[in-house]
Amino acid sequence: MSTQHTTSRRDFLKLSSLAGGGLLLGFSWFSSEAEVPTLLKAPPAGTMGFNSYLSISTDGVITISSPNPELGQNIMTSFPMIVAEELDADWTKVKVIQAPLDTKGFDRQLTGGSGAVPHSWNKLRTAGATARFMLIQAAAKKWNVPAEECTAANSVVTHSSGKQLGYGELAEAAAALPVPKEVKFKNAKDFKLIGTAIKNVANKSIITGKPLFGMDFYRPGMLFAMIQRPEAFGTKIKSVDSAAAKAMPGIVDVVVFQNNVAIVGKSTWEVAKARKAVKIIYEPDGAVESTADHDALFKSLLDTGTATVRRKNGDVDAAFAGAAKTIKRDYQCPFIAHAPMEPMNFFAHVREDGVELIGPTQTPASAQTATAKLLNIPEDRITLEITRLGGGFGRRLKFDYVVEAAELSKLINAPVKVIWSREDDMSGGSYRPAVRYRFEAALDAAGNLVGYKCRGVGINAGNPTREDNFPSGAVPNLLIDCIEHKSAITTGPWRAPITNFLGFAEQAFLDEVAEAAKKDPVQFRLELLEKAKAAPVGEIKYDINRMITVIKTAAEKAGWGKLPGVSQGFSVYFSHRSYVAQVCNVLMQAGKPVVQKITAVSDCGQVINLSGAKQQVMGGIVDGLGHAMYSKLSFKNGAAEQKNFNTYRLIRMQEIPEVETHFIDNGIDPTGLGEPALPPTGGAVANAIFKATGKRIYTQPFIEDANFKTI
Amino acid sequence: MPAYNLLINGKQHTADVAADTPLLWVLRDHLGLLGTKYGCGVAQCGACTVHLNGAAVKSCVLPVSAIKTSAVTTIEGLSELGDHPVQAAWDEVDVPQCGYCQAGQIMTAAALLKKNAHPADKEIAAAMNGNICRCGAYHRIHEAIKLAGTKI
Repeated sequence: MSTQHTTSRRDFLKLSSLAGGGLLLGFSWFSSEAEVPTLLKAPPAGTMGFNSYLSISTDGVITISSPNPELGQNIMTSFPMIVAEELDADWTKVKVIQAPLDTKGFDRQLTGGSGAVPHSWNKLRTAGATARFMLIQAAAKKWNVPAEECTAANSVVTHSSGKQLGYGELAEAAAALPVPKEVKFKNAKDFKLIGTAIKNVANKSIITGKPLFGMDFYRPGMLFAMIQRPEAFGTKIKSVDSAAAKAMPGIVDVVVFQNNVAIVGKSTWEVAKARKAVKIIYEPDGAVESTADHDALFKSLLDTGTATVRRKNGDVDAAFAGAAKTIKRDYQCPFIAHAPMEPMNFFAHVREDGVELIGPTQTPASAQTATAKLLNIPEDRITLEITRLGGGFGRRLKFDYVVEAAELSKLINAPVKVIWSREDDMSGGSYRPAVRYRFEAALDAAGNLVGYKCRGVGINAGNPTREDNFPSGAVPNLLIDCIEHKSAITTGPWRAPITNFLGFAEQAFLDEVAEAAKKDPVQFRLELLEKAKAAPVGEIKYDINRMITVIKTAAEKAGWGKLPGVSQGFSVYFSHRSYVAQVCNVLMQAGKPVVQKITAVSDCGQVINLSGAKQQVMGGIVDGLGHAMYSKLSFKNGAAEQKNFNTYRLIRMQEIPEVETHFIDNGIDPTGLGEPALPPTGGAVANAIFKATGKRIYTQPFIEDANFKTI
Repeated sequence: MPAYNLLINGKQHTADVAADTPLLWVLRDHLGLLGTKYGCGVAQCGACTVHLNGAAVKSCVLPVSAIKTSAVTTIEGLSELGDHPVQAAWDEVDVPQCGYCQAGQIMTAAALLKKNAHPADKEIAAAMNGNICRCGAYHRIHEAIKLAGTKI
């Protein structure tokens, strides 16, 4: 492979002709400086100096590699849309492939935090615009006309005389041209793809049952394994009797490692059966906790614990001492499981000459690093192929199940796919932490919010507050603090970490404060925001005007206060850089509140794919409603009490309300949508239920609340 | 182990497996038909739904020995070109998010529409209630079934 040098400071672009003809641009979507130019003879295998590429073959097929793991956020469609927009490509000729892990060229090949689109927006546009520029230059050169007389659209360059050449015909010539240092982006008003509804590029494969997922990875000769992990957190293996299991048909071995017993065999069912024949005795290893212990602990920590201050403005003690009215309320949420439809699984083959890892992960680079550390080998000896993920919701940001597969493969010296049963998935940890909040508000005689306190206590929740979120900045005297309890029960990020519950607690509390202040909930929030605008208290990390706009638009679209006989609840939340306001309509049926409709107004800046954006908002609302209403994971003596969908309740089709989605069109650079629509839902629903029944909800899941007991 | 002769997607297959092996794992581990998914193993999520003589069943709890001469249809055999009206509607409405549950959703929907081409909203929700979509794509699933009903 030959090497050229360029003086470009940009993080982008090498080119060559494709093997078999065409244009191949390799570029880095992520690193700020990955500029060792390399002549690409073939699509990068994942270890080049850049992590992605765009190629145009002589038959006009445009291939774009998508680096981020796809778990349903639709990144494999929205990323290429951005490239294709600036490229003026014919979308029907665009092919998208999943890039493998490449730790050399990128800094964010992961899925989480709704961060991929804002991170890559300009880089994707640059890639498309650069290729377009070069194709136009190539056409101009061929026709011997000024490039300014040429335009591009739908994969065709057209000269003012009417002459036309397709991108495929121009690809070779374009590949011989220098890469421009500067390119111009399109005006948003000229967008043809961005902002429109484009179908998921994987639809055809999904609806015909193609093997896309980690679970679908099979290789001749590979072994199957299931692992019995301790059922109770805070326990360890005392003894294992695997003789009976080892003698069962299809079983190759039973291996004990770490705190695990792996049953290895020739098929999933044989392994699952043999697993039941393994006798394991466990003994305590630290504190073995139950949900009842946590309830008592939360109360004592809130009352007497020593808290870490996260934000402090003004003098809260004085504000509360001088208040005309104070309100104090506690809100609690249980642990919940991520429960992606595809349970955890990973294929690993540890050989002398290297390690092969294949499966679904949100965080391939971390999985590779951890595996390298465990096996004590250099990272570059490990390849990691990212399959499609059957959901993630944060669970696959942890790589325990990857490292475990690698360790087992090494121990048995064979290629193996480790499969988690649903029960393993639900009892094996990394949950949304259980948290309890205490909110306090002080109102003056005129109903102004003059003091605000929020203390969060959580089980392995880290900081369960988001101290700079609204209403911080709008209240003169404010104290946000937290206390963490360390437990053997493992926790991790769960779609919209912390805010998935904090959003409900905060927005439900503000509703109650508005009621105490005798103000309309929408008006109350708007007044607070106007105050923050006029006299900001401390640093404000949200855009006040954007929040006001989604509030006003949601109230208008939902007919706030204008629907006789309908009980409405309001909520607004800023998280993961996007703003979402929601209005929930509740009707009483047979003496119980029924969620009839949720209207959502989202400001994520420029919408990339309208179809995907609606999916994320609708799905986020269904997810937020479902978990607020129904889901709970409780513990007894360290073990999860719900182990499968017969006892752990997820929302189903009969329980969904109508959902209406709107987006603010403001031309601001795009932000993510995988998470932001979820946090406001619980609050809007709880506030609407209060309107309907007169009873506030303080605990999730709502279904256990008195509001849902037969009256 | 006994050898079972199975009629799947119109073709005869043979599987040497234990009598209690669920059809799901015969399809996946032994016959390489990977469209049918494992989600819960206890007939609660519907990801494993296939047709047995045209009716939707949960293959994760159906022992291979119980199938005998019944005709099995999996997502791979629902249509030759992937253009069954339900599949076409799924694409048209742009249903899939992660996509893992969708084969099961499609098989349940296809069985429903075979019995009742124009189900009422409540009938759709009742028929689909055994299929979980963790991404929450229920609105579009519902819409796609309505659309498919107009084309059957």
